[in-house]
Amino acid sequence: MPVDHTKNIIEVSGVSFAYNEDLVLENVDLNIHKGDYVGVIGPNGGGKTTLIKIMLGLLSPSRGTVRMFGVDIHDFKNWSRIGYVPQKVINFDVNFPATVFEVVAMGRYGKLGIFKSLTREDKRIINESLRQVEMFEYRNRIIGDLSGGQQQRVFIARALAGQPEVIFLDEPMAGVDVLAQDQFYQLLKKLNRELELTLVFISHDIEAVVNEVTEIAFVNRSLSYDNNPKNFGRGDLEKLYGDNKFIHHHKHA
Amino acid sequence: MLELFQYSFAIRGLVAGLIIGFIAPLIGIFLVLRRYSLIADTLAHVSLAGIAIGFLLKINPILTAIASTVLSSVVIERMRTSKKVYGESALAIFLSGSLALAVVLISLAHGFNTGLLNYLFGSIVTVKQTDLLIIGSLGALVVVVLALFYKELVYITFDEESAQVSGIPTRLINTLLIVLAALTVSLSIPIVGVLLISALMVIPVVTALQFRRSFIKTIFIAELVSLFSVVTGIFASFYLNLSTGGTIVLISLLVFAVSLGLRKR
Repeated sequence: MPVDHTKNIIEVSGVSFAYNEDLVLENVDLNIHKGDYVGVIGPNGGGKTTLIKIMLGLLSPSRGTVRMFGVDIHDFKNWSRIGYVPQKVINFDVNFPATVFEVVAMGRYGKLGIFKSLTREDKRIINESLRQVEMFEYRNRIIGDLSGGQQQRVFIARALAGQPEVIFLDEPMAGVDVLAQDQFYQLLKKLNRELELTLVFISHDIEAVVNEVTEIAFVNRSLSYDNNPKNFGRGDLEKLYGDNKFIHHHKHA
Repeated sequence: MLELFQYSFAIRGLVAGLIIGFIAPLIGIFLVLRRYSLIADTLAHVSLAGIAIGFLLKINPILTAIASTVLSSVVIERMRTSKKVYGESALAIFLSGSLALAVVLISLAHGFNTGLLNYLFGSIVTVKQTDLLIIGSLGALVVVVLALFYKELVYITFDEESAQVSGIPTRLINTLLIVLAALTVSLSIPIVGVLLISALMVIPVVTALQFRRSFIKTIFIAELVSLFSVVTGIFASFYLNLSTGGTIVLISLLVFAVSLGLRKR
C-alpha cells in the first residue's frame, strides 16, 4: 500500500528535552503521516521513551512544539483518536481482578466520557476488537492468567476498541516469547495495511523492527529518519551507536 | 424478638455498621490494588487528631475528624505527585505527625473522658442520632460519586498512564479517590475505631482477591465478607460483651484465613 505522505498526523519540530542539566533530546524534528508504520528505535537511554511521552503530552518539551492532527499538543483534546499500548507485560499485576473483556472495555472509557456507562454498541465494538486480535474466546478469562503474548494482544484490542487513527506501542515485545512475537508482527502488519492504522512502534530491537516497518526514526539524543528501512544497514547502526555492544542480535523469520 | 433490638443505641449502631460495612470495601478495592492500603491507616491517625480537636473545642468529633482527614488527604496526594517526598514517606510523616498532635492535645485537656477510648477502638454505644445522619448522608455521597466515576477509577487503577493518554483527567480522579477514602475513614470511626479502620477497608478486599474473579464480582464478594463481618461482629460483641471493632476485625480475618485455605490449589 503506498503511504499517503500528504497528511501529517504528528509534527514534532525543534524539540529538545533535558532532565535537570542532562540533554536527552536535542532539536528533534519528526513528521508522522497517515498510514505510516514508523519504527522509533535507538539504544536504551537514547531518549525514545522521552520522545514518545512528549508526543503523547505526558511530558512537556524544554523547547520546540508538538502538533497532533494540526493542534498544539497542550490544546489537544481529541484523545480518542490516539491508541496507546504501554510496556505492560513485564510490570503487570497478575493478581488484578479483571477479565479480558473488562480490560478491553477500558479502551472505550475515554471516548464515552464521565458519567456514562457502556452501551450495546460499545459492547459490540469491544467484541469486534477482541476478534480482530483473535482473543474473543478468552473474553471471560482473568487477564493475569494469560501468557505474555496473549496479554499483549488484549492490550492491542483495548487500543483498537477506542477506534483510534494512530496507535503508539512502547516496547510491546518485552516479556513476549519469540513465537508470539512473530504472530504479533503479523497482527501489526494487518492493522497497518487492512485497517490503514498509523502505527508508531518503539523498540530497541533494531534488526527485528527494520524488517517490519515502513519508516525508521533512529533516536539517540538527536534523530535521523529514513523512509526506506531496508537501506538501514549494519554500517549505519554501527556508525549511530558508535559501539557494537548496543546492537541486539535477533533472528526473525 | 432479638434482645439487641430493644435498645435504640444498638439499632443505630447496627445501621451505622451496615452503611460502613458497605462503603469500606468499595473504596478499599481501589486503595488495595493501587498499593495504597496504608493510606487508610494514616488517615485514621489523622482523624484521631481531628477527634482530639473536636473534644477540645466541644464540637461533634466526627465533623472535626472529617475536616482534618479530607484536608490531609489532599496534602498527601500533592506531596506524592510533586515527587518531592516519596509516597510512603508522606504517609509516615502524616501518621506520626498527627498522632503526636493528638497526644499533645489530649494531654492539654488533661486526658478527656472515657469517650475517647470508644473512638480509639469503636463501640456501637458511641453512635448518636446526629452521627447516624452524618454517616448516612456522607455514605450516600461516597456511593454516588463512586458510581459516577467507577469506570475511570477502574482504568486508572489498572493502568494510570494509558488512562491519561485516553484523555481521562487522572489528577482530578486521584484526588477524588483520596478524599472519598478520607470521608470513609472518618465515618467508620464510631464503629470500628481509629486503630482498626484500615482493616475493614483492606481485609474484605484481600479476601475477595483470592477468588480471582472479574472486577465487579470481586467487589461483590468483598461486600459479602464485609457485611457478614460487621453484622456477626456487632451481634457477638453485644451478647458476649466484647469490643465491637476488635470483634468485627477478628471475624473478617477468620474469613480471610478460610479464603486463603480454599485457594490452596
